[in-house]
Formats: sequence, C-alpha cells, structure tokens
Amino acid sequence: MLIPHPLLGLRDAQEFVYKGDARLMARPDPQADDALQAFHDYTYLRDNPAGQHRELWFHEQGDRSWLIVTRDTRTHEILKAELARPRGKGERT
Amino acid sequence: MRYSGLRIIKEALTGHKGWTPAWRDVAPQNQYDFIIVGGGGHGLATAHYLAKVYGKARIAVLEKGWIGGGNVGRNTTIIRSNYLLPGNEPFYEFSMKLWEGLEQDLNYNAMVSQRGIMNLFHTDGQRDAYRRRGNAMILHGSDAELLDQEQLRKEAPFLNFDNARFPIKGALVHRRGGTVRHDAVAWGYARSADRHGVDIIQNCEVTGFKIENGKILGVETSRGFIGAGKVGVAVAGSSSKVMSYADMRLPIESHVLQAFVSEGLKPVLPGVITFGAGHFYVSQSDKGGLVFGGDIDGYNTYAQRGNLPVVEDVCEGGMALMPMIGRARLLRMWGGLMDMSMDGSPFIDKTHIDGLYFNGGWCYGGFKATPASGYAFAHLLATDTPHDTATAYRLDRFISGHMIDEKGVGAQPNLH
Ligand SMILES: Cc1cc2nc3c(=O)[nH]c(=O)nc-3n(C[C@H](O)[C@H](O)[C@H](O)COP(=O)(O)OP(=O)(O)OC[C@H]3O[C@@H](n4cnc5c(N)ncnc54)[C@H](O)[C@@H]3O)c2cc1C
Repeated sequence: MLIPHPLLGLRDAQEFVYKGDARLMARPDPQADDALQAFHDYTYLRDNPAGQHRELWFHEQGDRSWLIVTRDTRTHEILKAELARPRGKGERT
Repeated sequence: MRYSGLRIIKEALTGHKGWTPAWRDVAPQNQYDFIIVGGGGHGLATAHYLAKVYGKARIAVLEKGWIGGGNVGRNTTIIRSNYLLPGNEPFYEFSMKLWEGLEQDLNYNAMVSQRGIMNLFHTDGQRDAYRRRGNAMILHGSDAELLDQEQLRKEAPFLNFDNARFPIKGALVHRRGGTVRHDAVAWGYARSADRHGVDIIQNCEVTGFKIENGKILGVETSRGFIGAGKVGVAVAGSSSKVMSYADMRLPIESHVLQAFVSEGLKPVLPGVITFGAGHFYVSQSDKGGLVFGGDIDGYNTYAQRGNLPVVEDVCEGGMALMPMIGRARLLRMWGGLMDMSMDGSPFIDKTHIDGLYFNGGWCYGGFKATPASGYAFAHLLATDTPHDTATAYRLDRFISGHMIDEKGVGAQPNLH
C-alpha cells in the first residue's frame, strides 16, 4: 500500500506504524460519572467496519507525523490522508 | 453411509457407483430450535456436538458461501496444546484430547498427525520462559520436553544453529502437537452433523436478526426469514459485522494472515518448527509442500489478501532459520480473515440478548481449537451454562479485569 502523505507525497506504508481506529483520538472525560464504562468502551471496543475506516498511521520511519487515513477495508483503496491534530478546547472531532 | 476399509474394497469391485453425497443439500425450513451462523470449523463442530452429545434436534447451520471456504480451509493446519495461562491451557488440552479421538468419533479420515512441534529458543531468557511454559503445560496434563542444542541437532540437523545474530540454543518440544488436514475437518464434521439430522444450508447469508423485547426470534437471510429458538454465531473474521446486526460492538478487529506453500519436496521436516527470533513457522504437508507463515499484516481489513512486505518478512525469517528453504520455489499464497481480540484470547459466551450466543475472537489460532470450541459452544447453547474448560471466555472480561493476555501486550490486536 502507498499512503499519500499530505506533506511528503506517496510513501510506502512500510514506513508507518499502524495505530488503529482514529476514534482513539477522542479520549473520554476521566472525571465523568460513567468514566469506567467510557474508558472500557474506548480501550476495548471497536466498530471494525467492512468499508470506509478512518485510522491512525504514525510515520515512524519518516517525518514522525501522525496521519488520519481513510481507507476501504474491503479493497485497501486509500481515499484520503490528512495530518492528525489534537482537538482544541471546546472543539469536536 | 458408514466409511470403512471393507466399503472401499466393495466399491472398487463395483465401479465406485455406490458412493452417496457426504451431506444432503437441503432448503431451509421455516423454524429451527437452533441456528448456527457460519459453516466454518467451529460452526460445523458445534452442530455435530449439539446433535450427537447433547441430543438436540431441529438444528441448522447457515453458511453464506460454501462450507470450508473460510479460515477452516485457509489455515496452516497446526494443532497444539502449549499455552501458558490457566484460562487457556485446560481448554486447548481438552481440544487435543478430542483431536486424538476425532476420526473414530466422526468416522472420517481427517489425517490427524501428531508429528510434534518444536519451538526454538535463542537466548537464556527465552529458554527460561519456555521451561516455565513447559511446566505449566505438564501441570495441565499436556506434554513438554526441553531439548538442548545437541539433542536438537539430532532431530533437525538442517537448522542454522550458528546464525551469528540468533544462534539456536535448543527447543521446547510438544510431541502430541502436529497437523490435521483442514478441509477434512470441515467435511468430516459436516457429514457427521448431517447424519445426526442437522440441516447444512450453503449460499445462505445472514443479513439481520429479528429481536423483540430483548429476545431473539430468528434471522433474516439471503434466502428469507428463518425462525429460531436460539442462535449461535461463529463467523470468525466477520464477527463484528454480523454482531452489529444486534447493535453490538465487539472487542475485536479483523486482520489478514497470509500463508505460503512451496512446490512438493521429498520429506525433509520432521514436524512443525517455529522460529523464536522472528515470526516464522513451517511444516511439511503429506503432499510434500512446505507450508509456512508468519505475522499478520497488521491493519484492519476484510480483503482476504495481504501485501508484499509481509511476504518478504516471512521469507527472510525462513532463510534465517533454515537456509535450505532458499532452494524451494514458492507455489502459492493466500490470506484469511482473523478475528483478532483485544487480549489475543477467544470468546464463547451469551450476549445480553436472550437466545443470542457468540463464539469468536480466535485470532490466528482457532483451528486447533475447533473440536473444543464446538463442544463448549454446544454445551452453552444446550445448557445455558459455560463448559468447564471455557469459563474464562467471557465478553465482559475486560471490564471485570480478567483478560487472558498470553503475550502481555495489552489492547493492541495487531501485536497478539
Ligand atoms: C493463513 C492462516 C493460517 C492459520 N493457521 C492456523 C494454525 O496453524 N493453527 C490454528 O490453530 N489456527 C490457524 N489459523 C486460524 C484458524 O484458521 C481460525 O481461527 C479458525 O478457522 C476460525 O474458525 P472457523 O473455522 O469457524 O472460521 P471460518 O472457516 O472462517 O468460518 C466462518 C464462516 O462464517 C461464514 N460467514 C461469515 N459471515 C456470514 C454471514 N453473515 N452469514 C452466514 N455465514 C457467514 C464465512 O463464510 C465462513 O465460512 C489460521 C488462519 C489463517 C487465515
């Protein structure tokens, strides 16, 4: 697979480490009343869709940026790659 | 029809005109007591034990393609009972005992071959870890033997013992481990289940569940609605997809594992051998091909094929372990969908929906589990209590803190 890095162009997926569903960027609130259940769901449960999947790839052998790649898990076709960035205060992903 | 030596002679003398299909091709009925979703090894074994051991009737197995087309027909056929943790080892030892009696039980030649497994070690630390594992195995009634380098040289002289980076120091040997003809396991269970009255329905994809007031009433399929008292799902790599029809999210990701076969060679390998310093394992089929594999590709996928970097990695592992493999030509390769769980261990459990049961999370190691998985799932479906050897395989084990993480890598499915 080749990943279209927004800054570096097409890069071999081998340069990256796969870090799973991009939903992992949205950490639950540890102060919430349901924090235990929320952290369980966050850590262990996955949508695991057959189709489009937004996922994290870390460019470890490259510029060490984190990308959010949108990929079809049925065909391995990569539809989009963008820089991942943390949410700002009050901003929703 | 019972298979026997006498039968073969009789058929040989009468032009092989008397053989009948191994199972019936039936249309689905409107209602069953038990529906098993997925005609892989686990689904078919479940139906067999449900009918034969638990005496249940009105059972159907629904398979979206053809039976044996999934992982049961794609794996590298290794069976073993060499786990470390208490939640796992009694289950896999139970499975090994069932393998040992399987062919008599099914009246089918599944080519169960206990040719032994050697897990190589390359460092002192690894040797100590294997000694501990061996002791755990023996405590659970399995077998284990620690060979030093000299003993191992006698059994496998072709290994690259003096590899500068990863010298081979010895092996943990599990003599009762080995290989089984994978397709024959699917066919043998299917034939036996059919002989006990189970309807095996191929080309029938489950597309939804009918659930009312928290109770399951049946399944929607590509061949119409079929009513059911209880539904057991055993669809391996498609687990998340099928359980999403019941609005469930699972502690599972789907990944691809590739396998490779070389051209046929004269017998060179005594049994199964695993490299302890890279991910590579190999055995030789009865047809002579070297059957080998390594790591999963490592990203979520439902495409039953992998990418080239893993091919390179696996072949490098092979060359490091036994350089003679470089003389063999690769004949074919393929991939299968792994239901990778968050701790690397499986689930055999009820769900929060009355009458809906789940079997999955087998990762790359569910073939060896086939008999025990079918037995334990049948037990759960028939009695609503977990089988003694499968009490740890609960869906709620992450929130209760009872994960079974053999490798100790945490909630990273691509590392198990
Ligand atoms: C390359 C490779 C090597 C492996 N090597 C080993 C090994 O050496 N030792 C070992 O122990 N394990 C090994 N495994 C793992 C093992 O093969 C699996 O864990 C095991 O086969 C999974 O259980 P199963 O046989 O029931 O799965 P499958 O055979 O995949 O059965 C699941 C069935 O469900 C069907 N299905 C899916 N969705 C639906 C639906 N909606 N409706 C109806 N049916 C549906 C599928 O078509 C499929 O036939 C390997 C796997 C692979 C891919």
